[in-house]
Amino acid sequence: MTPRTVEFDVRTPAVDSSGRLVQAPLGVARRASEHVAEDFGADHMLINIGPQHPATHGVLRLVVELEGETVRRVIPHIGYLHSGFEKLGEYRQYNQIIPLTDRTDYLAPMANNIALAMAVEALMGIEVTERCRLLRVIAMELSRIISHLVWAGTTGIDLGAFTPFLWMFQERERVYNLQEAWTGARLTTSVARVGGMMADIPEGWEAGLAEFLRTFPATLREVDAMFTRNAIWIGRTQGVGVISAEDAVNWSLSGPMLRASGVPYDVRKDRPYLGYDEFDFDVPVGEHGDIYDRYRVRLEEMSQSVRILEQALARLEPGPINVSDPRVILPPKSRAMSDMEAMIFHFKQVMEGIRPPAGEVYMGVENPKGELGYYMVSDGTAKPVRWRIRPPSFLNLSALPRLCEGALLSDVIAINASVDIVMGEIDR
Amino acid sequence: MGVTPARGPGAHEEVLDPISPNFITTRLDFLANWARSNSLWPMPFGTACCAIEFMATAAARFDIARFGMERMSFSPRQADVLICAGRLPFKLAPVIRRIWDQMPQPKWAISMGACASSGGIFDTYTMVQGIDTIIPVDVYVPGCPPRPEGLLYGIMLLQKKIRGESLADPTLRQEQLVGPDGLFRRPEAINEVSEPFGNSISQTRSG
Amino acid sequence: MSEAGTLAVLEAARASARAAIEAFGAEHLRHTESCGQVILHVAPPLAKQVLAWLQADPAHRFDYLTDVTAVEYRDPERPLEVVYQLRSLERRVDLRVKVPLDPEGTLQVETVTDLWAGAEWLEREVWDMFGVRFRGHGDLRRILMWQTYDEGHPLRKSFPLRGHRSRAEQTRQALAANPEAHYTLEEISIHEAYQELPPDMQERLRRRMEAGS
Repeated sequence: MTPRTVEFDVRTPAVDSSGRLVQAPLGVARRASEHVAEDFGADHMLINIGPQHPATHGVLRLVVELEGETVRRVIPHIGYLHSGFEKLGEYRQYNQIIPLTDRTDYLAPMANNIALAMAVEALMGIEVTERCRLLRVIAMELSRIISHLVWAGTTGIDLGAFTPFLWMFQERERVYNLQEAWTGARLTTSVARVGGMMADIPEGWEAGLAEFLRTFPATLREVDAMFTRNAIWIGRTQGVGVISAEDAVNWSLSGPMLRASGVPYDVRKDRPYLGYDEFDFDVPVGEHGDIYDRYRVRLEEMSQSVRILEQALARLEPGPINVSDPRVILPPKSRAMSDMEAMIFHFKQVMEGIRPPAGEVYMGVENPKGELGYYMVSDGTAKPVRWRIRPPSFLNLSALPRLCEGALLSDVIAINASVDIVMGEIDR
Repeated sequence: MGVTPARGPGAHEEVLDPISPNFITTRLDFLANWARSNSLWPMPFGTACCAIEFMATAAARFDIARFGMERMSFSPRQADVLICAGRLPFKLAPVIRRIWDQMPQPKWAISMGACASSGGIFDTYTMVQGIDTIIPVDVYVPGCPPRPEGLLYGIMLLQKKIRGESLADPTLRQEQLVGPDGLFRRPEAINEVSEPFGNSISQTRSG
Repeated sequence: MSEAGTLAVLEAARASARAAIEAFGAEHLRHTESCGQVILHVAPPLAKQVLAWLQADPAHRFDYLTDVTAVEYRDPERPLEVVYQLRSLERRVDLRVKVPLDPEGTLQVETVTDLWAGAEWLEREVWDMFGVRFRGHGDLRRILMWQTYDEGHPLRKSFPLRGHRSRAEQTRQALAANPEAHYTLEEISIHEAYQELPPDMQERLRRRMEAGS
């Protein structure tokens, strides 16, 4: 492995095999001691973390079997937020499912909304307008930024750094202002519709976004200054929660979890959608597969998102936001009241809903947490036969037992934080 | 002083008669309520999206510290108000019940958001249709999610409720436990508040 | 993606499907397409072998398991299908494999956890939501609902949206369920402590061991 740019020779007092006090490198001292069994006997302690816990990032329960401070096994229990989304989706028309998608990954709601609209448009063979496409890219990259900001803030809290949490949430408030100006809601945006968006961006929104992009990199630099060369941060994140590239692929990890282990799979590059292949951006790929690399990947992804946002903003031209396809978009009220054909389209759509032809599609997008997939099966009616959410955090979390092998108890919290889970998506 | 039978749902003990209020008790009340309402330590039972808005309320822009509530108590033993922020599935019901039982008196509960108050958009097989079927709730904050200002208004309503309390009223600080039938409310009451409405739960109409 | 790029990927997926049909026989496999994506339908007895072949064969190398799920149709004539979404990371090709099962019969397929470790939780969820047993899984228990949940398998079409029981009854069962008391023996590897467990937990564990997974 290549040596990192920042590696400190952090040493800590330890006792070597002959009982003398030495200064051992931090990475060595934290490995499980072979003498634990003699020191503490063979009793393992079973402790329960959660489901109500400050550091589990949601209602997650971890059953941890400890031998002293070393983890022998950790078993996650999920389902404490299971809400029946997939079942509920079978009783909703396609546009009615969009508000449901806000509530699965509530840290990046616009990305989920758009992914669902894209899935239904794929079922129907609809191509959205240029302006809609660019606005969707803008919305998705903004979602990436706010999701990674939550991750950075809460992981900082877990590892003892409280102040960056406030900085991150202050930046999130600025994005929330933009989201609220566009959609009316801070968090549950429901910004997309099949064939377009719920509304066009208002006056001054582009200027607001440009202002955000102008000042946001300074915050990223502050976070970088706070964490990247910090001895405490390095000591707690380098070499912790390592997973190799082959294991990461085998465990179906995705997103920064996968890329930090060296696998350069990013859906935006490998299966481009929304015209991402026309944007100039890089995908950060780590190497060591530990928490530190995941942190570096996410931090850099935010900078790359700023790049994409600047390009998208520059390309934004006035134009229609919705396709003029009467199957999915209501005709304008003036026409619906005067023109017979438009009235019929309006009636059919409102009474019956959007009816894609029978078929199925898997739409995978690069959500901030990983590859979010919507697998929709339609039988020609207005409500889907099956709406499957392929949740990136679900698969990332399933590797937690593998990640925590040989870790210390405090590492379990750090590793859990680095997985970047959102229970709404995991439990659906 | 006589003994009156206990009142209220789930109440199982007998309580003493209330003392009639006088100048001393009202002054003591004012002091105790002022102290309690301005130093509520929240027990953030955050489950879903409302938890994110709760975190935003605690962050710099809306700043719950103005109300003395920045000290989140994740241990129920040290908490005053349980803020259930987010939807509550049945799997989590015994957890919140146990957390509530572990909180010592005086304690209050805020049901934040539509899902905690009534089940919200989730009229499904997994969702508790309102946490007031599991624990007693003092303030309901509507919204999906409620804006931080909405939550702060709910907190201020709770503070107003606390200021109206009296130390001399023994029914206030009485534990309301799950009854011997395994329920907190009468089954008819639970079914009544959880009735389906509209055609939102019916199978597809269009074929 | 450019038109040519998408077509190339589609052709590669079709090629994999056709190669699988050639290798395993057209009486058990067939290939369809929907919305520009390729689907390979495989009869249940051959499902595991086909998936293993798709993963291992150097011309195909579907090393990434994107998803495992199931679909039950409203039309009772149609089978309940277990759906595997595969991807070849290096070739950038996606393929969907579907295994049809009789919705009225026993729902069973072979597990693929030995091929892809990510299938462990995904198959548990399919068991929880649909009642499909995965032979050889080793830890097939409910993942989203609690262990003693007995109303059924929620995503089946015969399961109503609000569940079978009244809300009061569901609340009562939920308050009595106590999910934290349900450990599996794999979690409690301290066999010596088995005697110290409360008797109801011992009974549950013993019953689970006898019933098998």
